Amino acid sequence: MTVFMLRRLIQTIPVIIGVTFIVFSLMHLIPGDPAVIMAGETAPDEQVERMRERLGLNDPIHVQYLKYMGNLLQGDLGQSVRSSRPVWDEIKPRIRVTVALSLYSTLLSIVIGVIAGVISAVRKNSLLDSSLMLAALFGLSMPTFWFGLMAIRYVSVEFGLLPPSGWGTWQQAILPVVSLGATGAAIIARMTRSSMLDVINQDYMRTALAKGLKKRVVIYKHGLKNALIPVVTVVGIEIGVLMSGSIITETVFAINGMGRLVIDAIRARDFPMVQGVVLVFTIIFVMANLLVDVSYRYLNKRIDLN
Amino acid sequence: MSNLATGTPEAYPAIDKHASQLRIFYKKLSRNRAALIGGYLILLLIIISIVAPFFTVYDPVLVDYDTKLLSPSSTHWLGTDHNGRDIFTRLIHGMHITLYIGFLSVFFGMLVGIPMGIIAGYYGKIVDTVLMRFIDILLAFPGILLAIALVSVLGGSINNVIIAVGVFSVPGFARVVRGSTLAVKKLEYIDAIRALGASDGRIIFLHILPNIISPIIVQATVRIAYSILIASALSFLGLGAQPPTPEWGAMLSAGRSYMFDHPHVAFFPGLAIMIVVLAFNIFGDGIRDAFDPR
Repeated sequence: MTVFMLRRLIQTIPVIIGVTFIVFSLMHLIPGDPAVIMAGETAPDEQVERMRERLGLNDPIHVQYLKYMGNLLQGDLGQSVRSSRPVWDEIKPRIRVTVALSLYSTLLSIVIGVIAGVISAVRKNSLLDSSLMLAALFGLSMPTFWFGLMAIRYVSVEFGLLPPSGWGTWQQAILPVVSLGATGAAIIARMTRSSMLDVINQDYMRTALAKGLKKRVVIYKHGLKNALIPVVTVVGIEIGVLMSGSIITETVFAINGMGRLVIDAIRARDFPMVQGVVLVFTIIFVMANLLVDVSYRYLNKRIDLN
Repeated sequence: MSNLATGTPEAYPAIDKHASQLRIFYKKLSRNRAALIGGYLILLLIIISIVAPFFTVYDPVLVDYDTKLLSPSSTHWLGTDHNGRDIFTRLIHGMHITLYIGFLSVFFGMLVGIPMGIIAGYYGKIVDTVLMRFIDILLAFPGILLAIALVSVLGGSINNVIIAVGVFSVPGFARVVRGSTLAVKKLEYIDAIRALGASDGRIIFLHILPNIISPIIVQATVRIAYSILIASALSFLGLGAQPPTPEWGAMLSAGRSYMFDHPHVAFFPGLAIMIVVLAFNIFGDGIRDAFDPR
């Protein structure tokens, strides 16, 4: 297990290097002169020149990348153009909020998704199955920001049940977590259902039933454990969807996390900040996927992940 | 591994020509009810997006403050927005933008992803390793983050949204196509054709590509639904289509400030997005059932 984790950790290094390269390149994809765009269209020449100097745009591109990497290794993500503060100092206090939002939403979508999927599979073709799968289809098709806005409009404003914005109390967490987790729950429910149906038809399930075990024991102990294996991979992908979805959810519910930070930075054309947030987001996601892989391995020891 | 992965393609005998491939495709499709309903729904939406704008009474962009924020009524079916424009008219005129972004971004993803997948699967070895490591890097970015980052540097416009969302669907196509190519490549008849002296290009275009059409179509339908959602999210964040374009995500974003007293300005654009995505998802489910019976 330790060997597997170490190997897996080493495998992520080239991926992370590739990611830094793409993030670094973002600044150079800007049509026109990034220094002019960041200093402002009307800025005097010397101000543009100072901006160019500050961003290191005068160096040859490979020198720029090496400097960027050197700084990264020292934990320096650059300096915000807008606030002149180090990018990392602005990101750090917000990581917890975004990770908490994504984590709670992931947990919620797993719990609801797996329960709904199992019920659907066990009662295949019943009215309950059809309604659950119809709900999942709708959940999959609706824009999360729309769901969030409507939740604010009706749950918070109309009936005053929950606070419409912010983050900190558990009441404030409910609407954002539900609206972010809904799509994930839909996807996991569909996946669990089809995976569970595959498993239910397996020989060993029939054998277990024939042995005289209770149907419930067979379904939950033998069936679910095996059915969850493909679901875990979906969860790995879902974490990414939910993390990036938190950008939208934070905007809708005015939550001061990394997502809102990046949107504000984009609007202010603060590209070092955009690069920093994208990088931190991606590294967290890569690490989360590492965890998913380890649990995948744990759930299914037969699989050779090397 | 991807939840969108479609497994191996059905390997049809070598005698099949392209035409019969399509016929088999249609035959299988028409036997699936969900695929039919979804397909007709999409067809209907396409027709509406082309024909209906000619029949609307109101102007989709002209500002008229006398009719500001009217609730739905018999004259304004879905009410009017903060600029006094009829929301139904704007939704109808915006429909082609939504479909255009959905189709074109997926087309972009196919244009890049399919060659990558075929080359990686067909040539294998170092080419495969390099291309697939690149795909791994693209997949390391969580969800729509790369699309947001790309459109933020390129600037907000419909074309840039198409590029950003297109890049996002490249990995899906590359992986599915690579997997299918590997499966087809193993078939004996490919060896036979090669022994007859067929060139790589001929094998790829005449023998591999026609055999992996089904998984590509399955992937494309699923992707269109998702791409429409992402594109509308980008517009909602203010990164996509800019006002006064009647793009649905942008309409929703503009309606946000007024939705507390006039919820209809935000409700209907979101509903419209959901209906279109729903149509593609129903079609996608049907198509997947028809071609990927597991």
